[in-house]
Amino acid sequence: MNKALHKLGEYVLLMQKAITIPDRWSMFFKQLLKEIYKLGFDSLWIVIIISIFIGTVIAIQISLNISSPLIPKFTIGYTTREIILLEFSSSIMCLILAGKIGSNIASEIGTMRVTEQIDAMEIMGVNSANFLILPKIVGLMVFIPVLVIFSMFTGILGGIAASYSTGTGMTPASFEYGLQFYFNQFYVWYSIIKSVIYAFIIASIASYYGYNVKGGALEVGKASTDAVVMSSIMILLADVILTDLMLT
Amino acid sequence: MITINNIIKSFEGRTVLKNISAEFEEGKTNLIIGRSGSGKTVLIKNIIGLMRPDSGEILYDGRDLTSMNKSELNMLRREMGMLFQGSALFDSMTVLENVMFPLDMFSKKTYKERRKRAEFCLERVNLSDAGDLYPSEISGGMMKRAAIARAIALNPKYLFCDEPNSGLDPKTSLLIDDLIHDITVEYKMTTVINTHDMNSVMNIGDNIIFIKEGVKEWQGNKNEVISSDNKALNDFIFASDLFRKVKEVEEEELKAKEHKTI
Ligand SMILES: Nc1ncnc2c1ncn2[C@@H]1O[C@H](COP(=O)(O)OP(=O)(O)OP(=O)(O)O)[C@@H](O)[C@H]1O
Ligand SMILES: [Mg+2]
Repeated sequence: MNKALHKLGEYVLLMQKAITIPDRWSMFFKQLLKEIYKLGFDSLWIVIIISIFIGTVIAIQISLNISSPLIPKFTIGYTTREIILLEFSSSIMCLILAGKIGSNIASEIGTMRVTEQIDAMEIMGVNSANFLILPKIVGLMVFIPVLVIFSMFTGILGGIAASYSTGTGMTPASFEYGLQFYFNQFYVWYSIIKSVIYAFIIASIASYYGYNVKGGALEVGKASTDAVVMSSIMILLADVILTDLMLT
Repeated sequence: MITINNIIKSFEGRTVLKNISAEFEEGKTNLIIGRSGSGKTVLIKNIIGLMRPDSGEILYDGRDLTSMNKSELNMLRREMGMLFQGSALFDSMTVLENVMFPLDMFSKKTYKERRKRAEFCLERVNLSDAGDLYPSEISGGMMKRAAIARAIALNPKYLFCDEPNSGLDPKTSLLIDDLIHDITVEYKMTTVINTHDMNSVMNIGDNIIFIKEGVKEWQGNKNEVISSDNKALNDFIFASDLFRKVKEVEEEELKAKEHKTI
């Protein structure tokens, strides 16, 4: 408990140091573009692939489970849409991204720590936390929502693809009707707002674990695992809290 | 000139630096020598403010680092350059970008002027061709030189080097030593170097401070170091066979001379 509080304190102090006005805006924007490209753009393909497959599987699973003639077929499209928009494209996608991006951030910053690159920045008088961490936080908060929107579209495309397969009892027409049935735009916003907060969680927690590595390569590996575990837990916690705040 | 007075630093009850006072002179290469674990790195980290001493003063031409606040420290740091043990080049940037980094962060010059300055620094360390390579693509000696170029980019008044020769072959070590010494004299910098390399001591030891288990045992220059009668210093220097032989030969010559005069 004591240790947890100590870590929380360290985390807050680091964020205070990181979230300040950059020394040089031109360098900040240069870093920001680099981070968006490296962390965000590079994750696009995995987001698209996973979303298509999961969208397809969700649609098939639901159609297999709803075999009662009393339930109209468009329910399949409707339920698929709700799952993807509400939970999959934001929370589940961000859990996956926490694994990919979180470990990437923690090991990058951790390596910079153990090879004294961070010390080298500090000795120049550069605020290393601000220079390294802020562009990652801002970059992810900007680009993860974009990834989430991509995931929504491709996930639903996956569902539509499933509706073309015979043997599942779906028809493309009923699926499409279900997709449009009782559509609530707020759900999309709800997902996007969630993803902005998840982005902050991933970037800040992974940066914290990387920044505080002590030792060598072994500790960097451990830090990156810890970062993924901790940010996943925090994402789930935030999910509960945000859902409670926004939907009930 | 950097003056340190009565520096004490301990970790969890264990005192690593025990009341060290010393002067590091301008335009000279000041060496801190001692066995592994004697506290050299801790001392240099205290001097540059990466660690805070428990007590004592660190005066940069009269300005006390220990009583500075964050922004004063940052201003002072723009006058410092540091060469880290593992070079600490930023591995996501090319060699030229590395050298330009401090300029990009702090210089008010135009891009063209900054680039020119960086290219000049690379040329000074004989690395003009490597500007577009990444740190992972160059040798250890080249990395050291690139790190020196980055350290001098902002024309620092104070240069710090932590074991500049570790991991280098003897010949490359000599080149790096000479480069650091030349630059120090050329730009009138106050240079502080951590080392346990006896070749460096004999080559560029303008002012040498010998530390044993956190205590300053001896101070002098390279001409005095061999003839010193400090027991601990002799143990340290003549731990290497070569230097023991050198000393033996010298003593024999001395005896022979004495013989002749008699
Ligand atoms: N952050 C720290 N926390 C606790 N103890 C430390 C810390 N840094 C150094 N020490 C201890 O201080 C002592 C001196 O270490 P230091 O790194 O200064 O030695 P050194 O003279 O630089 O050795 P080397 O030549 O091997 O680099 C060592 O016993 C080390 O364990
Ligand atoms: Mg050391």
